[in-house]
Amino acid sequence: MTLLMRTIAVSFLFLWTLPAYAVDIREETSPGGITFWMVEEPTIPIVSVQISFDGGSRLDPEGKEGLTTLTVGLIDDGSGELDAVGFANARDDLAARFGFGAGRDAVSVSAQMLVETMEPAARLLATAIAVPSFDPEALERSRGRLLSGLAQQETDPNAIARKAWNAAAFPYHPYGRTATPESVSSITREDMIAALPRLINRANATVAIVGAITPDQAGDLIDTILGGITEGEPTERTWTELRATPGIAIFDTDVPQSTAIFGHSGIKRTDPDFIPAFVMNYTLGGGSFNSRLTEEVRERRGLAYSVYSYMSVRAESAGYLGSVQTANEGMAESIEVIRSEWERMAAEGITEEELEKAKKYLTGAFALRFDSNAKIANYLVFMQDQNLGIDYLDRRNGLIEAVTLEDVRRVAARVLRPDGLMITIAGRPEGIEATR
Amino acid sequence: MLHCALLALSLIFAGMTGAARAEQPVTSFTMENGMEVVVIEDDRAPVVTHMVWYRVGAADEPPGASGIAHFFEHMMFRGSEKFPGGIASKIIGENGGQENAFTSWDYTGYFQTIASDRLELVMDLESDRMANLIINEDVATTERKVIIEERNQRTDSSPQSLFGEQMRAALWLNHPYRIPIIGWRHEILELSVEDLTAFYERFYAPDNAILVVAGDVDPKEVLALADTYYGALEPSGQPPEPRPSEPPQLAPRRIQMTDPRVRQPYVMRYYLVPTYEPEKPERSAALYLLSQVLGSGIASRFSAQLQLEEKTALSTGSFYSPVDRDATSFGIYAIPTPGTDLATVEASLDAVLAEVAANGPTEEELERIKRKLRADRIYAQDSIRSQANLYGNALAVGISVEEVQNWPDVIEAITPEDVRAATALLDLDASVTGYLEREEEITQ
Repeated sequence: MTLLMRTIAVSFLFLWTLPAYAVDIREETSPGGITFWMVEEPTIPIVSVQISFDGGSRLDPEGKEGLTTLTVGLIDDGSGELDAVGFANARDDLAARFGFGAGRDAVSVSAQMLVETMEPAARLLATAIAVPSFDPEALERSRGRLLSGLAQQETDPNAIARKAWNAAAFPYHPYGRTATPESVSSITREDMIAALPRLINRANATVAIVGAITPDQAGDLIDTILGGITEGEPTERTWTELRATPGIAIFDTDVPQSTAIFGHSGIKRTDPDFIPAFVMNYTLGGGSFNSRLTEEVRERRGLAYSVYSYMSVRAESAGYLGSVQTANEGMAESIEVIRSEWERMAAEGITEEELEKAKKYLTGAFALRFDSNAKIANYLVFMQDQNLGIDYLDRRNGLIEAVTLEDVRRVAARVLRPDGLMITIAGRPEGIEATR
Repeated sequence: MLHCALLALSLIFAGMTGAARAEQPVTSFTMENGMEVVVIEDDRAPVVTHMVWYRVGAADEPPGASGIAHFFEHMMFRGSEKFPGGIASKIIGENGGQENAFTSWDYTGYFQTIASDRLELVMDLESDRMANLIINEDVATTERKVIIEERNQRTDSSPQSLFGEQMRAALWLNHPYRIPIIGWRHEILELSVEDLTAFYERFYAPDNAILVVAGDVDPKEVLALADTYYGALEPSGQPPEPRPSEPPQLAPRRIQMTDPRVRQPYVMRYYLVPTYEPEKPERSAALYLLSQVLGSGIASRFSAQLQLEEKTALSTGSFYSPVDRDATSFGIYAIPTPGTDLATVEASLDAVLAEVAANGPTEEELERIKRKLRADRIYAQDSIRSQANLYGNALAVGISVEEVQNWPDVIEAITPEDVRAATALLDLDASVTGYLEREEEITQ
């Protein structure tokens, strides 16, 4: 019955064609020499700017973990002539929205501005990133909030399991280190002043802009925003292999439900097998209710509300990871099911039907990523950062369509290592012994 | 990736307060069987969001059956005779669509985002499960386990969430808003197939539902499709029933909760306050602006006093959601700095409230907030889904399309004196104040 229904559904669906999206991306260079990608979208009188500065917290010196987070957190806490309140009021008076993020591999700056006030808003943003005051009182406020957050993570099973996994996977790399009360307490205003030009400079900026704006206006706006920061040097990227030690580590936490993080090394975004692996992952654990992990762990056995896998792509490393949260008494079974799905996929790959489903979803859902200016700007930065090429939007679905059953089998066998899974569990799981 | 149960209300009320006057054309319509239809046009991308909102939520659950509205939301993904098992989700996935669902106290909603030429497909699937769902023991047994895991993950693993449950239960003396959406664990465990079937038959019908379609669509075509798929369904003839209401609240409640997992204590207070009412929209507008004056951003009153001046708090805030059906709460909180006790920051919050009650905000302060809200309305047009949420939520709690569109004018007309006067609605006798603190573990 079920099979019959599926067959009918599939042939019925062939009637539809894939949607066409019209995102016309241009590469431009500002008068000041900054290359950026843009899309003119005149419908709404707003402009979205997205800037990513390569580096981020992977540049934190050992013992100063948390430095990037604190430094970036202080950008909107006063700059130039303005204190924190003065800055907030100036921003609100211009009806602008700014966001600042401290990631593992990049500092991100995003801005949404009304066309009518974009120039003064850009000047305000320029001052904020070029000459933040790092006011000592603001620093103590931020430090207090960061320490409070770290303290709360001490009893959060998800944070405990993830931190332990990363520490084991990256014993000699900043990816394995996280902020501690000691490191955060040791950070000084001088550390932040020294870190700023390393974290935010023109050489590391990747820029995209989307909205009701011409290329000339966009170039001027970007020159304004980046006008005050230092030129800098491109941050180096040194590849490091993720080290997964096979086995299970358990971190005793008094909670009713355990959290497990599982995985091993993965493949680079530039690896020719990346796209086939991406398709494979949709079927294994990336495709929510259309994935085998959700089907087996949640839908069939009711062991978890959430289970998934993903390809972790970082600037200097690559992993293939997943996570599940299961009641302490069910965790042994969840792990067993996940491991056996890993084995089945590595040995057999996917079926013709699964391949078709994955392709249809991944090609069809791609357009959904571009339903707002802000999302488009974000994706333009990602495309530049990963060197995907300005025509990637036109090529991308073709790359997915070209994946064959044999590609998926080969890649599954290459990437998945069921015996190589490193598992960290926070909780009090029953019937599982720690093996490392 | 989840069937998210607990919709972030803050997003919705940000929409209500921020995004009210959409530039996108909005068409509304009621079908013969009572189902309301709202169409929002936005042709920037060939994408459509299709939502069905049912006017049933956790506040409509029979006594002793807490969690059934949310449980039912899960069951809606378990298949009908025409689309058995999880086939509907698979069909949506194969068509490049995304779907999810959410449950609140007042409503349960289901949505898909998909290429706009596939609107008919999702209407076929959604209308089918409004009438033809299969509810059987096997599926309910598995889903009950999933929901217990969901409760473990969202609530029992988080002392902050558990504290929130206790706070609500203390605020509402009689109204079922006191029930947690996900349900009390012992009652979730007892929910049966019979309960679920009765719930489905009572509440899942076109005259208890609102269809919202937003995106690159033509309203005429949407209405024609809606007529084909939803128009054929039989109405239940049973409008939502009034819920038990609050008696006069005569005593401030205080709760103190400790948990060994807490590392950051805080104080929170909820006041029982009116929600949006058609006769008095300016009352909820003044309360909303009061929440902005008190606790939105670093320049707000709580922050200026506790974080910047006294340096007794790491964080402060206030919130008010005018889009609940019967009544709602106004919340304030402070997270103290290390070494500051909760009573100290609570006293400071009260001092700020007293100051605003005496003198109100300044003209400049209020104008700045209004300017920001005007800009928010423009930015909100960038997200078609937030527009769809805004109208769906409003209609689900009895606010009309016209009222949504008038809201910005109501906000504009509020004066500093109105905001000052609104502080009188924050009555300590109708409030609960809670302290969440660390329970010191006994070492042996």
